[in-house]
Amino acid sequence: MTEEEKLNHFNSLIERDEKIEPKDWMPEAYRKTVLRQMTQHAHSEVIGMQPEGNWVLRAPTLRAKKILLAKIQDEGGHGLYLYSAAETLGMDRSEMIEQLHEGKAKYSHIFNYPTLNWADIGAIGWLVDGAAIVNQVSLQRTSYGPYARAMVRICKEESFHQRQGYEIMATMMNGTTAQKDMAQDAMNRWWWPSLMMFGPSDKDSWHTQESMHWKIKRASNDDLRQKFIDKTVDQAYVIGLTVPDKDLKFNETTKHWEIGDINWDEFWNVVKGNGLCNHKRISHHIQYHNEGKWVRQAVMSYSEKMNAIQTAASI
Amino acid sequence: MTTKIELYNFVLRLADDNLILAQRLAEWCSCGPILEEDLAMTNISLDLLGQAEDFYEYASELNGEKSEDELAFLRSEREYYNHLLVEQPNGDFACTMLRQMLYSTYAKFLYEALLNSRDEKLVALATKGLKEVKYHFRHSSEWIIRFGKGTKESNERTKNALVELWRFTSDLFEMNETDKVLITSGISFSLRDIYPLWKAEISNVLEEAGLEIPNSENNIIGGINGIHTEYLGHLLSEMQFLQRAYPGAKW
Repeated sequence: MTEEEKLNHFNSLIERDEKIEPKDWMPEAYRKTVLRQMTQHAHSEVIGMQPEGNWVLRAPTLRAKKILLAKIQDEGGHGLYLYSAAETLGMDRSEMIEQLHEGKAKYSHIFNYPTLNWADIGAIGWLVDGAAIVNQVSLQRTSYGPYARAMVRICKEESFHQRQGYEIMATMMNGTTAQKDMAQDAMNRWWWPSLMMFGPSDKDSWHTQESMHWKIKRASNDDLRQKFIDKTVDQAYVIGLTVPDKDLKFNETTKHWEIGDINWDEFWNVVKGNGLCNHKRISHHIQYHNEGKWVRQAVMSYSEKMNAIQTAASI
Repeated sequence: MTTKIELYNFVLRLADDNLILAQRLAEWCSCGPILEEDLAMTNISLDLLGQAEDFYEYASELNGEKSEDELAFLRSEREYYNHLLVEQPNGDFACTMLRQMLYSTYAKFLYEALLNSRDEKLVALATKGLKEVKYHFRHSSEWIIRFGKGTKESNERTKNALVELWRFTSDLFEMNETDKVLITSGISFSLRDIYPLWKAEISNVLEEAGLEIPNSENNIIGGINGIHTEYLGHLLSEMQFLQRAYPGAKW
């Protein structure tokens, strides 16, 4: 096939809503875009273990500790799964990690915020995972096959995460004054950053158009954000939390909640490295990756020795 | 029942061992040498936490007053009966894996012996725990063999870990008044019976790893009597923080 025929075939697959599989020909820009998005997603899952891990040793009950540990384990598992899915595009995990350490690969800006009280664990589950689910549900229909299938699997677990987060918030809003204050404080700090997770407004997002054309993205940032707002505002009211937005109002005509202006300066400031935890998240990852080097070397050396013994025995 | 208080103390000992080791392993969260091992350690921690919860539930039933969370989070250092080995700091990955192997081997023979207990509840909990600790033993012993035969560095780190941790192993087989009463009533058994089994199993693994049991007379005991190393207090102050800072709050 000529290059042009290959491209036509690729486009017709996209057109017919069929999946692109690892062995299919794809434009280099498509490969790069999907790879960038998948590695960023994988890194987000792994870096996201840190802010939650910050409370695992201080979880207040046996049940809470078990649930949080299981949840963090799920996130790590998602990371592993996404790394493997991303490897189908021709980059191995060690290179992806190298890019993360060098700042060439990103992770979600949300994990650069600190977890300051136990209600933050609730807020992460309810708001952060809640926002992630809206995005991921839409990505179940993404055009790259391995990514779409990873999303189907991940979405099942994420909905459990969101429920447990909401349960923490509800329990605390039903508790002592101090607990209610912690819950509202967490709401105040996590609400806006969660809305920012969907990315800049469609008119300012240069990735969106191309990604939509290739059906990598299936819905726009603003549409996804609105979906999240509509389902979350009501959940907040039910348990007595105040949404920290004085301009928030329900539009009776459109039947949507309308929010005030998002502070995109804050978003870009955090993306550029000035969040409270940017430096810590990456240096933590680098530190433990380096400390684990001798373990990885021992694994390699051991398996080489075992292979040599097996080979010798079979001769 | 005359053995009730002894049974309660014994069940707490089992619960505390599981909880404290689970807490230690949870410290590895996001700090593992590879993502797969990060997950494996969280997994083992979760298993132990589940066992701890079961034992605390039983202890709470025997106690009749305190809930399992009150038992887990609101006792003082001197009221924890876990063994000294499980409260020791993680150290490096070799140290954590060695601690795990020493403990899991012990737990394996302990649970196997408890299958013959006259206490049905203990039999049920031991049955459940046994499956898990067998897997923990396999996982950790494979690492010790890999390290022993891996690189010079991994071998040395494991040797150092052995020297560091061996001194806490005789504590695992200490017995007190609680054991005496429970042995007489057929609920528990003499830990001296499982010591040779434990030692043989450990020796097998170390031999396969090309390592040796350290030649050390240095034995430290105290855990089951509530006498601990200084590490436990710090672990508890972190673990108990919310329960202590907000008394009476429900979470």
